[in-house]
Amino acid sequence: MGISLVNKLSDSDLKKIESHIFAHQGVPGALMPLLHAVQDDIGYVPEEIYPQISQALALSVAEVHGFVTFYHHFRTHPVGKHVLQVCRAESCQAMGSEKLESEIKAKLGIDYHQTTADGEVTLLPVYCLGNCACSPAVMMDDEVYGRVNAQAVADLVSEVSNG
Amino acid sequence: MAKVKVFVPRDSTALSLGANRTALAIQAEAEKRGIDIELIRNGSRGVFWLEPMVEVETDKGRIAYAPVKPNDVAGLFDADFLNGGEHALSLGLTEEIPYLKNQQRLTFARAGITDPVSLEDYLAHDGYKGLTNALAMTQEDIVKAVTDSGLRGRGGAAFPTGIKWNTVLGAKGEQKYIVCNADEGDSGTYSDRMVMEDDPFVLIEGMTIAGIAVGATQGYIYLRSEYPHALQILNEAIAKAVAANYLGDDVCGSGQAFHLEVRRAAGAYVCGEETSLLESLEGKRGLVRFKPPLPAIEGLFGKPTVVNNVISLATIPIILDKGAQYYADYGMGRSRGTLPIQLAGNIKQGGLVELAFGVTLRELLYDYGGGSASGRPIRAVQVGGPLGAYLPESQFDTPVDYESFAKLWAVLGHGGIVAFDDTVDMAKMARYAFEFCSIESCGKCTPCRIGATRGVEVMDKIKSGKDHAKNIQVLRDLSDTMLNGSLCALGGMTPYPVISALNHFGEDFGLNVSIDKKLNEKEGVA
Repeated sequence: MGISLVNKLSDSDLKKIESHIFAHQGVPGALMPLLHAVQDDIGYVPEEIYPQISQALALSVAEVHGFVTFYHHFRTHPVGKHVLQVCRAESCQAMGSEKLESEIKAKLGIDYHQTTADGEVTLLPVYCLGNCACSPAVMMDDEVYGRVNAQAVADLVSEVSNG
Repeated sequence: MAKVKVFVPRDSTALSLGANRTALAIQAEAEKRGIDIELIRNGSRGVFWLEPMVEVETDKGRIAYAPVKPNDVAGLFDADFLNGGEHALSLGLTEEIPYLKNQQRLTFARAGITDPVSLEDYLAHDGYKGLTNALAMTQEDIVKAVTDSGLRGRGGAAFPTGIKWNTVLGAKGEQKYIVCNADEGDSGTYSDRMVMEDDPFVLIEGMTIAGIAVGATQGYIYLRSEYPHALQILNEAIAKAVAANYLGDDVCGSGQAFHLEVRRAAGAYVCGEETSLLESLEGKRGLVRFKPPLPAIEGLFGKPTVVNNVISLATIPIILDKGAQYYADYGMGRSRGTLPIQLAGNIKQGGLVELAFGVTLRELLYDYGGGSASGRPIRAVQVGGPLGAYLPESQFDTPVDYESFAKLWAVLGHGGIVAFDDTVDMAKMARYAFEFCSIESCGKCTPCRIGATRGVEVMDKIKSGKDHAKNIQVLRDLSDTMLNGSLCALGGMTPYPVISALNHFGEDFGLNVSIDKKLNEKEGVA
């Protein structure tokens, strides 16, 4: 299941992006910090802005596309209001994360890289959150949660969905 | 009357167990009772199994209460914890907790003691003594001190730090760079994150010393995007260092410039490989470069560059403060100093254990770790991240030392130890190693790009029992190709977890492990 969120770049988003591009001109290795600024601000990196970025940074559109698709962190489509990342790495596996993953998917009714029907939560896999002394771990937006189980994650989801 | 100081950590792991809620509850309860306290959000001491650990400053020293949940708070006030009162959660003096008392904290001397973003706190706890000494030394003498300390790269490759610095010092170039590899992607590791969240000034100081030693005026910290708290804390600390003239055009009035900037990574594991990291910093796909040229000669933007791990750089200040010999006096063989070991996975008492090289895995797993979290026997440990070998119990008496591990065809890597109990399926872990490599391969070299995918397929065939003996041989051959033919450690070391799992836990791969081997293993344990 899950919904696909429509790509629609508003004028205000476009303005924000243009100001980020302007601010990053002349910065050494600008592409990475620029894309972070764009995604932090509007939630994703819209493909339709590749031409402007490539022009501003003297890169080809293919180079920008190649960069965005190389890095797991960047996405080219909008996501839900909240992003839930579930750690799949060894330390969490040693504490039963495989079972946790399937329980979370079942509870949310979505697979990885999908968004719940209400548009609240997008589920992503992650490989290590650096919380390995207290596995298994998940990250909701910018906060890590340790020693979690499926119920704790479900509570977390309702907390942010109602918040 | 002076306000009582109460400490509640702000480290990510402490937060992941509810430290913010505990801090809020303490603040609220104090207000309710009309008591004026000074709530300090310190770093974590890394005794993560006890987080959230609350400390109170008393005449006798700091007293710990742990783990403190919001609903414990009223009871703590009733027990007069602000004066060190007795309570079920009381652990006595923090410094006397055996887990901490028995450690040898050099790199992590301040972690959990200070407020990480307080420069005053840092200075009051020996901060910037190393830089002060370095500024009075010649560049050659600084590099010599680092070489003499015996410090080897703590990111995993264990290359002598001083030799790397010496190459950059000798390289010609108007612009040189110091790059800190903070792309800590290994599962089971968190010591870099702890430095950055719990004592960020020590990293800033270490990088500044590196810059002065080799003549670099610009530093970058390449920080993984999964660490948002580290980003915020580092930026706050850097701003304070700039304001106090510890960074900038004229570091401490020395006439030497050093500027520092944090750059966020974007979730590519391979960017922890130094040349891939440099490509990424330059704004490109993180494709691994051929070596030579070495980054020390042609690194970031083609200029001479020191690329060091967080722990290596964070260890520089104490070496320059106390002297090379002080550091070199710890350790064994060619592994000098201490290693911040990180206990992870299925372990009862997970946390940071900094000790001189030479401690055994068994001491770490049982004396510190307290055995498995599940209470079942520990069957295997993976040391050194996803590219590290799996070790069976018969090897638990191995000392933590680069050479001792190399003899077992294993690595220490970044010092992470992930424990697994006897419910683990080692064939599944071998398959996962290939899967991880296939997800994270940069794609530049064929053994890694194709080999990882073929590896997953071969593991599936072995599991299904199809042409079993033949596929076991294919697995060994494929691993041999990846090991010898890959451009970097990602493809080149993925065979470590795979082949070690096959050799030590053949029964999980459907092999008929002989009775002799089992007997030998039992004797090894005794």
